[in-house]
Amino acid sequence: MNFSLLSSEMLAAGLGTGLLILGLIAPKTENRRGFGYITAFGLLAVLVATFFQYGINQSTFHELWIVDDYSVFMKQVFIVAAILVVLSAVDFVETLPRFRGEFFALIVYALLGMMVMASANDLITIYVGLELMTITFFVLVAYQLGDGRSSEAGIKYLILGSVSSAVLLYGMSILYGLTGTTTIPEMLTKLTWSPILVVAIVMLIGGFGFKISLVPFHMWSPDIYEGAPTPITAFLAVASKAAGFAVMVRVFLLGLPLEGAVDWMLLISLLAGITMVIGNVVAIPQTNIKRMLAYSSVAQAGYMIAGLMSMDAPGVKGILFYSMIYVVANVGAFTVATLVRRALDTDTIADYAGLGQRQPLLASTLTICLLSLAGIPPLSGFVGKFYIFQAVMDKGILWPAFVGFVMSMISVYYYLNVALYMWRDDPKDDRPVPVPGPAKLVIVLSLVVTVVLGVYPGPLGELATMAAKSLF
Amino acid sequence: MGFPLLTIALLAPIIGALILMFVPEDEHRTIKGISAFFTGISLILSLVAYFGYDFALGGYQFVEDLVWIKEIGVTYAMGVDGISLPMLLLTNLIGFSAVFASWNVNKRPKTFFVLLLLLIAGVMGTFISRDLFIFFLFYEVVVIPLYIMVVIWGSTKRVTKEYAGMKLTIYLLIGSAFLLVGVIALYLNAFPVGERTFLIEKLAQAQMSDSFQIFAFLLLLIGFGSLLSMFPFHSWSPDGYAGAPTAVSMIHAGVLKKIGGYGLIRIGLLVLPVGAKFWAPVIAVLAVCNVAYAAMIALAQKDLKYVVGYSSVSHMGYVLIGFAALNVIGINGAIANMFAHGVMSALFFAMIGFVYEKTHTRWIPDMGGLAHQMPRAAIGLMMAGMASLGLPGLVSFIPEFTIFIGAFKVYPVLATICISAIIITALYTLRALANVLFGPRRPEFDQYQDAKGPELVPLVVLGSVLVLAGFFPSLLMDMVNSGVEPMLKPLMDTLNSAPAIGGGF
Repeated sequence: MNFSLLSSEMLAAGLGTGLLILGLIAPKTENRRGFGYITAFGLLAVLVATFFQYGINQSTFHELWIVDDYSVFMKQVFIVAAILVVLSAVDFVETLPRFRGEFFALIVYALLGMMVMASANDLITIYVGLELMTITFFVLVAYQLGDGRSSEAGIKYLILGSVSSAVLLYGMSILYGLTGTTTIPEMLTKLTWSPILVVAIVMLIGGFGFKISLVPFHMWSPDIYEGAPTPITAFLAVASKAAGFAVMVRVFLLGLPLEGAVDWMLLISLLAGITMVIGNVVAIPQTNIKRMLAYSSVAQAGYMIAGLMSMDAPGVKGILFYSMIYVVANVGAFTVATLVRRALDTDTIADYAGLGQRQPLLASTLTICLLSLAGIPPLSGFVGKFYIFQAVMDKGILWPAFVGFVMSMISVYYYLNVALYMWRDDPKDDRPVPVPGPAKLVIVLSLVVTVVLGVYPGPLGELATMAAKSLF
Repeated sequence: MGFPLLTIALLAPIIGALILMFVPEDEHRTIKGISAFFTGISLILSLVAYFGYDFALGGYQFVEDLVWIKEIGVTYAMGVDGISLPMLLLTNLIGFSAVFASWNVNKRPKTFFVLLLLLIAGVMGTFISRDLFIFFLFYEVVVIPLYIMVVIWGSTKRVTKEYAGMKLTIYLLIGSAFLLVGVIALYLNAFPVGERTFLIEKLAQAQMSDSFQIFAFLLLLIGFGSLLSMFPFHSWSPDGYAGAPTAVSMIHAGVLKKIGGYGLIRIGLLVLPVGAKFWAPVIAVLAVCNVAYAAMIALAQKDLKYVVGYSSVSHMGYVLIGFAALNVIGINGAIANMFAHGVMSALFFAMIGFVYEKTHTRWIPDMGGLAHQMPRAAIGLMMAGMASLGLPGLVSFIPEFTIFIGAFKVYPVLATICISAIIITALYTLRALANVLFGPRRPEFDQYQDAKGPELVPLVVLGSVLVLAGFFPSLLMDMVNSGVEPMLKPLMDTLNSAPAIGGGF
């Protein structure tokens, strides 16, 4: 047994527990801003540690746990998301009535769940990681005590999340019944066609589809995104979704044979197409920025899942690359939303009027991040879409590229709508929109990374290629 | 690698925009001065490139190569030849003039000029990159500044500026979605894994099946065609120009549109000759629709900007039919006409913008006798108008003439229709100009001053090019020919033997 394969997880678990203990030791009257910085630096250390895990490509605990470049890359995506979210929330926690210190600890535990998911090579380990993440999110979503909407979102997420977990678990148990194993590589060799396998795969798609908000399992996301505290919405939208992808890619590409079993690709590609269309079309009439971003993230899930269709390393590379830039752009957008919410107490897009004059930095970042999500060159979102659809087209499948690119151009309509209010209109009043230091760092980082990765995607692309190749 | 002239020309406006971000909002003069300075650098450098181009050597010159994304074969490859140099020069002529045409923008000038400079840099980038990927990056960079500029500084007349801006944006973007699929398909089909590249000259050497070329060219045609306002994808153009502020109309009608024509020639024709041949008859028919249909609509317009908007759609028809001829003469004419139309329409929009700024009207029935109060602006409008109807001695006569020679050999009937549409062009141009400029003096316009100082720069710069290139057409035509002939000659056999749709009608 090689415990070093668990090093980054152990570090994260230690960090979370340390934060909890620190919360007990530190006087109640002190504010908890410092916790944010501790968490951010701790996560940075974990991030650095993960770099030493590249190139290991080993599994341990009887194949239950695998550390390949793919899992390491995915973990880095989650950690980057967590760092950005924590920094953007440093000042946000002050608005919380109670349990400020535990806020960061819970984020670290959710992250730990995701990291377990990325390295899990076995259905039960996947489920454990998934539940660690999901249950932590139940708490985090309802964290704004005394805010009815937050509690409502928490309850909704609890019920729907539990149902989806149950469905997923049922699907997994059927797979176990069919093969007598829970490890993914072994499943691949033992599965053959049977009607019950169809049921199992539909349930898996339902369970994972809930996490990545694939249409028609996306209904929860607008409500919960709207109600949850904004930094948590950001974390939910980016990291939890990326974790869903991390597992889905591994289970479907490595665990479920296409030939001689069930053609799950048909269902996945159908849902991908529908997701791209529905997500973008429904986002158009939204007036609340968080709901708009929710539908936009549904659409993004459609683009990403399309990468599965190529069934090879370039497609997975596209998904990996896209996850990273999706994280950065979305966190940037949500951070702006957090700041505007704090200053102006509103999430309505029309109230963003004049942000271009109030805070050009915020308005520019939001514009750039949204356009990156829309996939406008030379921003990173374009390169991500390019990698994904190029890989799919290389297999001779043309239609996802048409649907994807046309829908992403249509999405420009609702993204630009936000830009329209921010840049065209004058502010309605002269309340300032302050940008505290750590949040400013997040904003500048997301702005710079979004632009730089769009213009010069080479290094990240190569890293993603290496990660993707380790799967095959 | 020697002196990176093209990169510096490209970066100058971007650096200018960065500097502008740190200038206080209320220092209007400084902001405008900085913009003029940096676009001036680009203009000078493109003049240096234009007149420093070595005809004897030919091919791409001022070449820069830098591996950009090794994995997928993207190179930061810059370089200009006889096809792209006129476009580069045109971009900077218009960009420089557009800064001065916006001299009186006093509403949030900082944002305006930052966006304007980014727009100019984006357009320039498409013309000088030799790599399809980089080309595409620049191609779409322009869309967003464009939209924001229309909705903030645009004007609401027949349609709201929000509508105009969004229509323009969505048309271009949906077109570009098809284009993008075409580009990726081209990239994947040209070479096997490992040898793939986006370099246009390498792609042109690839062996691609006829059916693939026909399919990919159609996608490119939809993309570039909607940018070029090819019938039936043209309706964004008049609305968009009418809603846009002067500088945006100038750049859009003057150069941005030309990316469509440039792309069709550079990528469509030179990389996919069989596809081009197959679709050429369709393009020719659509071109005639452009020429005749848009000219007739222009005849009925009462808003000056709509007249010029439809006129530019009509002129793009000439470019398209020149292209569809698929011979050296026709393509020469098409490129030269893009240059000519660019200068002419930019001058037109600059002058209309100036008149509108003073009188706050573009409604032709409300105007008249403006030549009494604004003789200089009237000169500009007249020059642009005369160029538009192809008066010999001005820039657009020779290009149009060349196009007709080239097209007549291939499509005698269609070319004849196009030639006769010139009469309609003359009709609407003269009618509009006569109503606006001449007639009895109107006392309500007496309070307005004529163009002076910086306002004169667009008139002087664009006007002198108009005359110079009219009197010395070889300045333009030799350059274009040096780019087209060596590229097209080796393709002539393929072009002649390839089938056309429906047997070429």
